Amino acid sequence: MSQALFSEPQTPLTEEKRIGLIDAFLRVLPDESVLRADEELLPYESDGLAVYQQKPPVVVLPETVEQVQAILKICSREGVPVVARGAGTGLSGGALPLANGIVLGMAKFNQIIDIDEHARTATVQPGVRNLAISEAASDYNLYYAPDPSSQIACTIGGNVAENSGGVHCLKYGLTVHNVLQVTAVTIHGDVITFGGTAPDTPGYDLLGVLHGSEGMLAVTVEIVVKLLPRPATTRLLMAAFDNVDNAGNAVADIIGSGIIPAGLEMMDNPAIIAAEAFAQCGYPTDAEALFLCELDGTEEEVSDQMAKVEKIIARHNVTKLHLAKDETERMMLWKGRKSAFPAVGRLSPDYYCIDGTIPRRHLSTVLQKMAEWSEDYKLRIANVFHAGDGNLHPLILFDANIPGELERTEELGGKILELCVEVGGTITGEHGVGMEKINQMCVQFDANEITQFHALKNAFDPDALLNPGKAIPTLNRCAEFGALHVHHGELPHSDLERF
Amino acid sequence: MQDNDATKLLEQQVKQAIAEKQPFNIRAGGSKDFIGVVADTVPTVDVSAHRGVVAYEPTELVITARTGTLIHTIKSTLAEHGQMLAFEPPLYTADATIGGTVAAAVSGPSRPYLGGVRDHVLGCRLINGQGHLLKFGGEVMKNVAGYDVTRLMTGAMGTLGLLMDVSLKVVPIAEHEVTLRQELDIHSALTRLQQLAGESPLITAAAWHDGALHIRLAGVENAVSVAASTFGGEKIEANFWSELNNHQHAFFDVDTPLWRLSVPPLTPELDINGATLYDWAGMQRWCFSNENAEKIRATAVAAGGHAQLYKADDKLKRTAGTFHPPSNEIMTLHKNIKNEFDPLGLFNPGRLYAAI
Repeated sequence: MSQALFSEPQTPLTEEKRIGLIDAFLRVLPDESVLRADEELLPYESDGLAVYQQKPPVVVLPETVEQVQAILKICSREGVPVVARGAGTGLSGGALPLANGIVLGMAKFNQIIDIDEHARTATVQPGVRNLAISEAASDYNLYYAPDPSSQIACTIGGNVAENSGGVHCLKYGLTVHNVLQVTAVTIHGDVITFGGTAPDTPGYDLLGVLHGSEGMLAVTVEIVVKLLPRPATTRLLMAAFDNVDNAGNAVADIIGSGIIPAGLEMMDNPAIIAAEAFAQCGYPTDAEALFLCELDGTEEEVSDQMAKVEKIIARHNVTKLHLAKDETERMMLWKGRKSAFPAVGRLSPDYYCIDGTIPRRHLSTVLQKMAEWSEDYKLRIANVFHAGDGNLHPLILFDANIPGELERTEELGGKILELCVEVGGTITGEHGVGMEKINQMCVQFDANEITQFHALKNAFDPDALLNPGKAIPTLNRCAEFGALHVHHGELPHSDLERF
Repeated sequence: MQDNDATKLLEQQVKQAIAEKQPFNIRAGGSKDFIGVVADTVPTVDVSAHRGVVAYEPTELVITARTGTLIHTIKSTLAEHGQMLAFEPPLYTADATIGGTVAAAVSGPSRPYLGGVRDHVLGCRLINGQGHLLKFGGEVMKNVAGYDVTRLMTGAMGTLGLLMDVSLKVVPIAEHEVTLRQELDIHSALTRLQQLAGESPLITAAAWHDGALHIRLAGVENAVSVAASTFGGEKIEANFWSELNNHQHAFFDVDTPLWRLSVPPLTPELDINGATLYDWAGMQRWCFSNENAEKIRATAVAAGGHAQLYKADDKLKRTAGTFHPPSNEIMTLHKNIKNEFDPLGLFNPGRLYAAI
């Protein structure tokens, strides 16, 4: 059984051990690839979830697979934990450093090795930015489909680790559906290729298991992704409503009618106001809910389906229905949605982004409950919603300088995630568990399930050195978390098995 | 047969097997008995009575069913709402179940275009080798809480646990569909397929057999008609695909070892003697061949693919193995994972690989 199961990690490295490690790394890496001075380490102390910070003792920046192997062999031998990191845009603290471990930065693995226009694949290094793949493939009229909002900065290696989604994943799938092969290095320094370009790799679907494993099973060093032909036609419709129920029902009807939009994104009134103020993209600020519905395909297909969608929406008391008249307006309308996070960021000194997924039919109940809690906690909430697939991103507005406000925000965030589980959903749709949602894992899974997760990690990483303490809580932690909630008298799922 | 929740009974059977350290085979409809090597010295746990659709929400595009549920039942339930399983599970017999389909990860002609079983699984419940009933994933499209155990179970041939139910993403049935046949030699067909895949989003199946390329187009009627006239060829009945998928097509009436070769796109004809049918735009090849297993496997590997001995007599299956052997490193991971899920080695011993 995994060593991490009953113990929390993190006694900081002693200075002696740190110096010994640096010496060992300098034997396999050039001097500039081993960061150890305070000012060099500071940029690595957090990822996209900046409320959690920990200065790492050492950061290494390898540029060859052999160097990654050598680093992992050293860490394996010395029993030092390793936190792999891409661009550091993750929103759940997955790349948060550990006081007793190194950060393995993959930023120098930034080459697109090959684009095969005939087989429609791209072979890339993990530090390549998501958007850079589509840009490089555009010469062949191809693109890489998953498009997380951070695609301009986030790396494909991080996308694999988190199984990232995006606004087009109802139709085109998540990262796991668009990656054919991953070459990764194990904690023992072995290079292994998972999956392949021939379909259905024999045996266990280890390629699938690596996706979303948050750097806890192996370190990715090369990825082969699937490229898709750019659709001939793409059209975007904006629909506004004076209540959220109407918008939600219209979405259900569109999907129930047999149409799978390429993108289907909903926002509530606070998010609409923020996005409009930020991007001036033409959103009606008096609407209670708004969605963008994008269809793509052949000209005939899109025309036919758009006519059907307009008819369906008209049945749901739509207050404004607008078809983007050209590509410029389409991009403009998307800009509002894609900049919703920074837009909300301007309304408040800080915001906290939640990432639950719910069965869409419970949207109204969940929003209602959140509105009540928003009052109770005196914290504003704006909602953006990947309506096609049920992934909800409530943004809680707060001010970290007001004592206690961050703690209240985290508590409210935790309650929202627990509500997602209660209605049959999950605590994370695409941002990962990381450090942030580790307590809520104890709500979604029971002790036997968590034990099985640790067992699976044990099959890859028997000494629990790859990103330990993230994503999967120890049973002790769950017991403590449970106790905490009993203390507040609000333990969800009180029948849950606990230690 | 009636809907029935046999969870308690199956849990009991697993617990008993644990107590007695007695390995067993898992079986539902038995339509895939010929896949892999079935241990002949151990008892069978029958899950066919554990059946029924547990939840189905058409507007959420998700269905959850117990593992013994017939594919027929699922297909007709979905069809009532104009939906289907995108990966077109084969029906080697009418008794095929969803549990067997997921465990064996068998997908039909739409695989290269709409994805395979592994692309549509969302969640599952299973009993592991400690006798614990566990739930992973769920009924939503996006879910990254914990490792993806559901995908791990998909294609594991039941060697990691007893699947109890699975949740799957479903898709709408296209409004219109047409199948076209065009005489073409295999070389030109493979080139043509590659070119078409980059051009038309409407293709949902492509196979080459007996001197002709067969293509299925699906989508809104107008769009399909336009694409069909561009493609050319004669219209034929759609049952070509179900006959191919279910191995009921005349091509499969041969009593020679049947190999399933899986190769990357653009792979040319391979040097293997025997009648070959090309499905999945040339990426899946059914080949009746008496050639040496090692030679067939080496040829597939040289092309970047792999070869599975799909149907053969027990003697050949046991000597040659059925599933393509992985690299040593991957095999070590297989053994480690097996040990973490099923330390006593109870579930389907040897069905996937002799060593697990």
